Amino acid sequence: MSPIRGLSVPPSRLWLVSEDRAHTPGGDVAHAGLTRDEVAHLARLARLAVTEEELDLFAGQLDVIIGSIARIREVAAGDIAPTSHAVPLQNVLRPDQVSPSLPRQAVLAGAPAVEDDRFRVPQILGEEE
Amino acid sequence: MAALYELDAAQTAQAIAAGQASAVDVARAHLDRITEVDGDVQAFLHVDSDGALAAARDVDARRAAGEPLGPLAGVPLAMKDVVVTAGLPTTSGSKILQGWIPPYDATITRRVKEAGIVMLGKTNMDEFAMGSSTENSAYQVTRNPWDLSRVPGGSSGGSSAAVAAHLAPLSVGTDTGGSIRQPAAVTGIVGHKPTYGTVSRYGLIAFSSSLDQAGPFGRTVLDTALLHQVLAGHDPADSTSIPQAGPDVVAAARDGARGDLTGLRVGVVTELTGASGGYQQGVLEKFRDAVAILQKLGAEVVEVSCPHFDYALAAYYLIAPSECSSNLARFDAVRYGLRAGDDGARSLEDVMSLTREQGFGPEVKRRIMIGTYALSSGYYDAYYGQAQKVRTLIAGDFATAFGQVDVLVSPTSPFVAFGIGERTADPMAMYVNDLCTLPASLAGTPAISVPCGLSDEAGPALPVGLQIMAPAMADDRCYRVGAAFEAAYLAENGPVLRHIQTLGAGR
Repeated sequence: MSPIRGLSVPPSRLWLVSEDRAHTPGGDVAHAGLTRDEVAHLARLARLAVTEEELDLFAGQLDVIIGSIARIREVAAGDIAPTSHAVPLQNVLRPDQVSPSLPRQAVLAGAPAVEDDRFRVPQILGEEE
Repeated sequence: MAALYELDAAQTAQAIAAGQASAVDVARAHLDRITEVDGDVQAFLHVDSDGALAAARDVDARRAAGEPLGPLAGVPLAMKDVVVTAGLPTTSGSKILQGWIPPYDATITRRVKEAGIVMLGKTNMDEFAMGSSTENSAYQVTRNPWDLSRVPGGSSGGSSAAVAAHLAPLSVGTDTGGSIRQPAAVTGIVGHKPTYGTVSRYGLIAFSSSLDQAGPFGRTVLDTALLHQVLAGHDPADSTSIPQAGPDVVAAARDGARGDLTGLRVGVVTELTGASGGYQQGVLEKFRDAVAILQKLGAEVVEVSCPHFDYALAAYYLIAPSECSSNLARFDAVRYGLRAGDDGARSLEDVMSLTREQGFGPEVKRRIMIGTYALSSGYYDAYYGQAQKVRTLIAGDFATAFGQVDVLVSPTSPFVAFGIGERTADPMAMYVNDLCTLPASLAGTPAISVPCGLSDEAGPALPVGLQIMAPAMADDRCYRVGAAFEAAYLAENGPVLRHIQTLGAGR
């Protein structure tokens, strides 16, 4: 990866504490590596009909990104509780009142295909199913 | 008198309230300015001239009828295209939503309208707010009004460019990892990310639900506070909305402008001041000057270490992609947006895959795949689960620091605005833009960026931002310290934006 103008170190280095630490047995940042086939599998799971050229591009890029974020595993966080909100909320309730929904026509107006006042959907099962 | 588009929001509201200008005059002045300048800047995806003039006429009619008007009545605003607006195109910068007209208003859209604010249109952004340069927009590249060959930051780059180029005195952005603060910094304006949960997310097209937070841009700290006050407030339609009133940020901005910070304890974050390299020298110099100004105002400055901030990038680039891979599953070619390849023979699954392939850009695809990987069975605990725990450690670092100091400060971004195309080939060169802004995103705490000078290290003189971070629900501290700093900076140097190049007729 080439250094970026105006940066004293290549940006990829900012992800790692140091090259040394990345290779010490205690600093477990190693990851299995992401193959082209694995990226194709991820794309299928994510319902993305990626092209062959994209597979070549993404396989390299995702491997570098995942290799960098894998250092999250260095942190000893054993029995620490996870956080998802600055001010944790519990049991968010509201009165059980009926409120108007959006008008059907307003909602269907944005749909790619409509039939008989409903969303028209392609067949759910393929030929082989 | 200055041209109407040159006035800041507070001055504009005052001029309208005093009858020196009508809201229609103000709206026209900005629409004309957009016609003249936005061909160069490309901040707007959609300009709603008719809607803006109708809203302005309504404000004028209400004023004529003697109705009490809010403090921003008649003031124009640019809305980021991630916020849904009934009857106005809303794309989130993505081809998958091209031509979609939402059937409802986001809560913040409704609040803006109810305040009598005049919405001029929708601004460009990185697709689904994923990016730091607005180059990931599927529609156009927005240019930094300081130098049209450079980016305006991102993901709210249309909103930052609009305010810096005087196309609107106010705009709304959203900040998931820094998308308000970094664009504010690199365009020389003020931007604030509120405490997570204080501004409703209802009607924001979701990227990363546990991080997304909308907030204000302005050319002054007071203007930004005035818009913050309009946006914030509990909303039963958002279950993460905090059911209590936030602090009075307008009072805090006015109080800060008096310029006395005696007794305030300020912490300089060791991990965010470039000890490990990677920060431009010009940015660090302006940051040190800013800290000296705070000291001169009476603040006591100490250095504070937040060791887990070093893991913020890794945690963020696991959490945000994971949540986006789930959120963007809603783009299934059924209820709204694009549908591709529906030839009557293909299955729903194939149509969905072809639609998403055609409708999403490369950064969105990368993040969806990383999120899919990180949430896979067998990896969940090691990645997403671990990243959520690291958030707790980062929040713990903040808690420890705020035991010793009232606010924390750092540069907003390690770099000034970079050139268009300079970082697009390497996703990680883009990700490091968020280095300084991510900790407050992950902890859900508030942070503001205020202009603190110009650096000519990368060529032309370009703006640098000072980030001021405060504890959850203490957004008022950001505004108080920001306003005090701004007043002192102005007294010494005049406004940063005075140095922006002239666009339009003066060129």
